[in-house]
Amino acid sequence: MVLIELALEPLSYSFLLRGLVAGLLAAVACGVLSGFVVWRGMAFVGDALSHAILPGIVVAFFFGFSLFFGALGAGALAVLGIGALSGRGKLKEDTAIGIIFAGFFALGILLMSRITSYQDLSHVLFGNILGVAQQDLIGMAVVVGAVLLAIAASYKELLVTSFDPAHAVAIGLSPEVIRYILLLLLALTTVVAIQTVGVILVLALLVTPGAAASMISRKLHTILGLSILMATVATFVGFYGSYYGDLPSGPAIALTITGFFLLAYGWARITRRKGSAPAATERPESSIL
Amino acid sequence: MRITSTLNYGGSCTTPAVPHTPALDIVGLRFRYPTSTEDVLDDITVQVQPGDRVALVGPNGAGKSTLLHVILGMETHYQGSVSIYGHDACRCRHRVAVVPQRSTVDWQFPVTVRQVVMMGRYVHLGWFRRPGKGDIRAVEEALETMKICDLADRQVGELSGGQQQRVMLARTLAHDADLLLLDEPLNHVDITTQELIFHTLERLTARGKAVIVSTHDLGVLTVHFNRALFLDRRVIADGKVADVLTPETIARAYGFEFHQDYVPGGN
Repeated sequence: MVLIELALEPLSYSFLLRGLVAGLLAAVACGVLSGFVVWRGMAFVGDALSHAILPGIVVAFFFGFSLFFGALGAGALAVLGIGALSGRGKLKEDTAIGIIFAGFFALGILLMSRITSYQDLSHVLFGNILGVAQQDLIGMAVVVGAVLLAIAASYKELLVTSFDPAHAVAIGLSPEVIRYILLLLLALTTVVAIQTVGVILVLALLVTPGAAASMISRKLHTILGLSILMATVATFVGFYGSYYGDLPSGPAIALTITGFFLLAYGWARITRRKGSAPAATERPESSIL
Repeated sequence: MRITSTLNYGGSCTTPAVPHTPALDIVGLRFRYPTSTEDVLDDITVQVQPGDRVALVGPNGAGKSTLLHVILGMETHYQGSVSIYGHDACRCRHRVAVVPQRSTVDWQFPVTVRQVVMMGRYVHLGWFRRPGKGDIRAVEEALETMKICDLADRQVGELSGGQQQRVMLARTLAHDADLLLLDEPLNHVDITTQELIFHTLERLTARGKAVIVSTHDLGVLTVHFNRALFLDRRVIADGKVADVLTPETIARAYGFEFHQDYVPGGN
């Protein structure tokens, strides 16, 4: 009884309720994408993307337009930059990612120090689940809905381009287009997740749930389901930890998910399932196209 | 980004085969990779008729895979003409299916055998359409033909090399194409699977489909193919297996000097 009261108490404040809903939205979108990020080997590009949107946010903050579109613009520029630098006969993709990642993030930090004080935007770096505005929440809901819809609509195309790009091309489907769509969804989701975990720790929501779930199952929809579940539970922990324990929400969420991963890893070792981590073999993705 | 190829994905086939045309008609094909200064394929002219079972033979780097990629429409910047049942390559995606080289597939990706075989139906579905009863039936039939019904719900990465190759062939059966391209399908494959693959290919060609199999295993040629095409950037030899499988051709294709002493029974 006391527990229920403790659980419900913060929800009577509308700004707290908004924070929780925002966190859950981010968790669901990240949970779904996480499965693909892990199995397609996109952790590095996910990390880069989440950092690369910083200059967009700072510029938007300075000129007073929506942080969301600022972030999205910078994310799109980063993706296009990576695409332009890598590809046949040019740089290897991870090299291109590294260059863009560092350049954009540095620019973001520099702009931050010139234009604003760190204090103003520290919630962008570390997330603040308790500071979500009403209109932000509506925007986030729309974005997450769009991301989920896009994943559901292109599910079979995601499967075939991930598993066998040559077959995908043979049936007239471009793995590059699918990859760009996935990167766009990643950018959109990152923008939403920044609210709760911040730029620096978005990766915890984009990589770890999928990795933990892959320790438990080898079926993609089970992986996606478990991944959503873990991200959601971690968000609850982060939210209540933030309210009652005065913990920063981002690190609380990230550490909870890391805990889930360790449990799943231990469980996989004990039950001696075949190692499900996709890291062991190299992805052929970049070699074929 | 190949926009045209993206737009071609899925939907019903709007380009019926032109009657009395070869399954594959390549004339004067020349191709080089954008970053290279040397032609990978040099003046290739080949015709494949419906019912042909062609072995594409040559050493590594001979351009076997590249040739298959051109036929599939994966490489578009070539000179010469490539037509499939009377249409440009990549006009009709329904008609050509591929079993790609093992190394280009991410076997660890969490998909089940049934899901992989279903990918053969995607070309008939296109964007936003889910598989229907007909597609499910086609998948079950393909699983049965390749004798992998009992593996249907397993993750493909857990299977042996031979079983995985059966899955890929089951996928091309579900695709229901008229021209089948198999890129080195015999690597890491057990004898039973090899026999099953050839048996299936024989049945398909008997029904008028055309099959091209790239291989460097000369041992299987005499038994399982009615035609061999030796390739080393150029066409070295092309004809009935018995006619072209001579020590001289093999020597030329594989680039070592031919000496009369090597001929069995020769002086």
